Amino acid sequence: MTLLDVRDLKTHFFTRDGVAKAVDGVTFSLERGEILGIVGESGSGKSVTGFSILGLVDPPGKVVSGQIIFDGTDLVAAGEKTIKGLRGKRIAMIFQDPMMTLNPVLRIDTQMVETVLAHEKVSRAEALARARETLTMVGISAPDERLRSYPHQFSGGMRQRVAIAIALLHKPDLIIADEPTTALDVTIQAQILAEVQRLCAQSNTALIWITHDLAVVSGLADRLAVMYAGRIVEEGRTADIIGQPLHPYTRGLIGSVPQGKPHGAMLTQINGMAPSLLNLPEGCRFRPRCPRADEACLVDPPLSEPIRGRGVRCVHPHLETRDEVLAS
Amino acid sequence: MSDDAFIAGLERVDDVRPPKVDSPLKRIALAFIEDKLAIVGLVLFLCVATVAILAPWITPQNPYDLAQLDIMDGGLPPGETSFATGGTYWLGTDLQGRDMLSAIAYGLRISLVVAGISLGFAITIGVMLGVAAAYFGGRVDSFIMRIVDLQLSFPAILIALILLALLGRGVDKVILALVIVQWAYYARTVRSSAIVERRKDYIEAARCLGLSHRRIMFRHLLPNCVPPLIVVATVQVAQAIALEATLSFLGVGVPITEPSLGLLIANGYDYLLSGRYWISLFPGIALVLTIIAINLVGDRLRDVLNPRLQK
Amino acid sequence: MIVYLVRRFGQSLLAIAAMAVLVFVGVYAIGNPVDILINPEANQAEIEATVARLGLDKPLWEQFLLFVWNALHGDLGDSFVYGRPAVEIILERLPATMELAFVALILSVGIGVPLGVLAGLKPDSIAGRSIMAGSILGFSLPNFWQGMLLILVFAVLLGWLPAGGRGETVDVLGMQLSFLTLDGLRHLILPAVNLALFKMSLIIRLTRANTREANLQDYVKFARAKGLSSRRVVLVHILKNIMIPVVTIIGLELGSMVAFAIVTETVFAWPGMGKLLIDSINLLDRPLIVAYLMLTVFIIVTINLVVDVLYSVLDPRVRLSEVKG
Repeated sequence: MTLLDVRDLKTHFFTRDGVAKAVDGVTFSLERGEILGIVGESGSGKSVTGFSILGLVDPPGKVVSGQIIFDGTDLVAAGEKTIKGLRGKRIAMIFQDPMMTLNPVLRIDTQMVETVLAHEKVSRAEALARARETLTMVGISAPDERLRSYPHQFSGGMRQRVAIAIALLHKPDLIIADEPTTALDVTIQAQILAEVQRLCAQSNTALIWITHDLAVVSGLADRLAVMYAGRIVEEGRTADIIGQPLHPYTRGLIGSVPQGKPHGAMLTQINGMAPSLLNLPEGCRFRPRCPRADEACLVDPPLSEPIRGRGVRCVHPHLETRDEVLAS
Repeated sequence: MSDDAFIAGLERVDDVRPPKVDSPLKRIALAFIEDKLAIVGLVLFLCVATVAILAPWITPQNPYDLAQLDIMDGGLPPGETSFATGGTYWLGTDLQGRDMLSAIAYGLRISLVVAGISLGFAITIGVMLGVAAAYFGGRVDSFIMRIVDLQLSFPAILIALILLALLGRGVDKVILALVIVQWAYYARTVRSSAIVERRKDYIEAARCLGLSHRRIMFRHLLPNCVPPLIVVATVQVAQAIALEATLSFLGVGVPITEPSLGLLIANGYDYLLSGRYWISLFPGIALVLTIIAINLVGDRLRDVLNPRLQK
Repeated sequence: MIVYLVRRFGQSLLAIAAMAVLVFVGVYAIGNPVDILINPEANQAEIEATVARLGLDKPLWEQFLLFVWNALHGDLGDSFVYGRPAVEIILERLPATMELAFVALILSVGIGVPLGVLAGLKPDSIAGRSIMAGSILGFSLPNFWQGMLLILVFAVLLGWLPAGGRGETVDVLGMQLSFLTLDGLRHLILPAVNLALFKMSLIIRLTRANTREANLQDYVKFARAKGLSSRRVVLVHILKNIMIPVVTIIGLELGSMVAFAIVTETVFAWPGMGKLLIDSINLLDRPLIVAYLMLTVFIIVTINLVVDVLYSVLDPRVRLSEVKG
């Protein structure tokens, strides 16, 4: 059964300079235990999508329309009280910078125990035992000692493990991970990736992995959604998208990853910059940067019916084969 | 695909004109007037300053020329008619028959003069020592900053009060006390922005070119310290006016022959309880309006000049 | 930690020493100490006796040592007016000032911190804006003028509270305290509010700024993502973080409250050491002025020291880096 169904989600920021359409009609769904990678540049609205699901969009931002159906309940319609009961309990979140997510002046045990007690009426000792157990689960040795420490006594990777442990305390159905490895060293990154993958598989937890790094997520996710300027421009199975990107933007993203190319092959780059969300181009939003753009692109393309098993938002999708792509 | 259409599309999309290049002063002025309260503050302050400057020519009487006072008019409430001249005392009179409106204008003059002169001296001393501390670093820096720290660890009012207790009252002595109390704020402000600038390469380059210390300090370091200095100066002027008023109120500030607003308030204080509120209240309102006006301007300047808040 | 404490203690001693030198220079070197320290009404024999006791006939450095020696023994000269040791007279007035300062501090923190947090959480709301406007007003109005307005409104116009004096006091451990009697409390309210208002504005501004900053931090968002109640997020996660700068400021402000009490005490005729200082200045009772200065410097330096030590205990980051360093 579908765990999460996001339909035409729009989250806009009402700033003094105008309305920034950070998320502007995003639709995707997620099965239990499935891993979805949301890929995009900064400002593409991928993080705001994550925060919207948890109802944690700060003013002046606001979910203006759409549905977020989690396990049969529409969170947009249900209101704050319902979402609050789910936060940390059935939907957990991991943030980008582990240096910033743990409160610097509270001990780890305080921060873990309060999470347990926020949703379950258990004794402090029980909560502490759960915290200890979860820390062991994410690979932290000597958990008793660690529990009595302050965050600044930990390394970055260790802190992210603690943050993951906090997310796992209630064995959630869904974890939203917002670039959780970006701030870490490459070796630590790999460890955390493997750890998260293992833990999710063990408990059949669904995962939304938000990142700008296609290389990281391609080894992890079952499916990918590529976001550009507040919209999903291409969505489908990871292997399909990596194997044959249909959208020129996805193609550009893959082209700019050095991995898996013959030595000496030229890296391609996407020209220009992401558009300002306050002042979006007419028609297709990628048009000003797109090598294939023409008059037809002045009409905003909808997300297509599945082409080769996936949706794409483009008037001129790349229907050539992968080899042609690499050769070009 | 058609290149022309593509370019046309691009032009429509990238509807970004090159930003107009305004002088920094104009940009700041434009940003400043965006805030209505700040304009109110500025206008209010200009009015107050005008009244203070023109006091001898626009007031109905010279409140300190005894020949113009009539004891018959003593203690009149606001709006009463003078027995002597038939004129109206809009803000009442004190017990000597002094027109409060005129007294306030004269008092304002003294308050602003004291604050202004002390500002000038304090800023000069503070800037010189602050720039020197940042530029020379090392012992000079730590010596100057130790003194600054020591001084700032004691409340300004305490230091000023003690100085005046030992020196006696007088306009010159109040100014001296205010300078001594305030220079440290400027020194600290200037030093902290100058030291950031000092580390930049072009200062090193200027040194290599063999420019003199003085030239580097005042031509290169100082201009970068101006924005924070302006902000601190507005805050400090308001503080100086309040401090002078407080000292005069406590009876250690300006002498009775040259009463500032603070002394006017103190003189009327004894009559407050007996119901002659106007002798004390109106000078107080003038004082408060002056300080609020300066603070409103200062608050806005802080926002406008703060590089961190600029988009 | 111990190294830090010793170093910090040394700094405090240095500050006191520096002030002692300044006072000494002000009284002995610039002015004529005979004029300053000896009662103008004294006869020749008395003058000679005092000159001998204070060593005013000796060279300057010897005088300084004697001044320090006497100061260390609590002897800062006799008051002209009271004819008793100046330190003794000031210490008699100390409880009144301390009582006023503490009550004012409690008021300014107890009201200022909640208002500041509220204004910081909802900076654009009507409540947030009015709190800020009020604090700007509290910041702008000179202390003595606020006190006068309080008297005008609550004592003269409404007649609810007395305009000055201390009221009935109770003897607790040799100190006269007002807040234990109803009459004393009635006398205490206006001066305490007066003294508190300025600091309250300061605390509101500080708390608001820190709350706004903390509220944007990831750890606050993470705390909300964990499903914590808003109350817990504010009372534990935000408050604990903003308490560090707030406690520092509060500590430093306690020292300046002793100084600001001079104004409040004068306005409300509160018989504390501040009022004593102003009276002494008007009566030219210089030994009392000197004694007041040295004592206040001592109090302020001590408070600053205690605050710094508390600060390092409160912030685990400072505490640990000091242990390592």
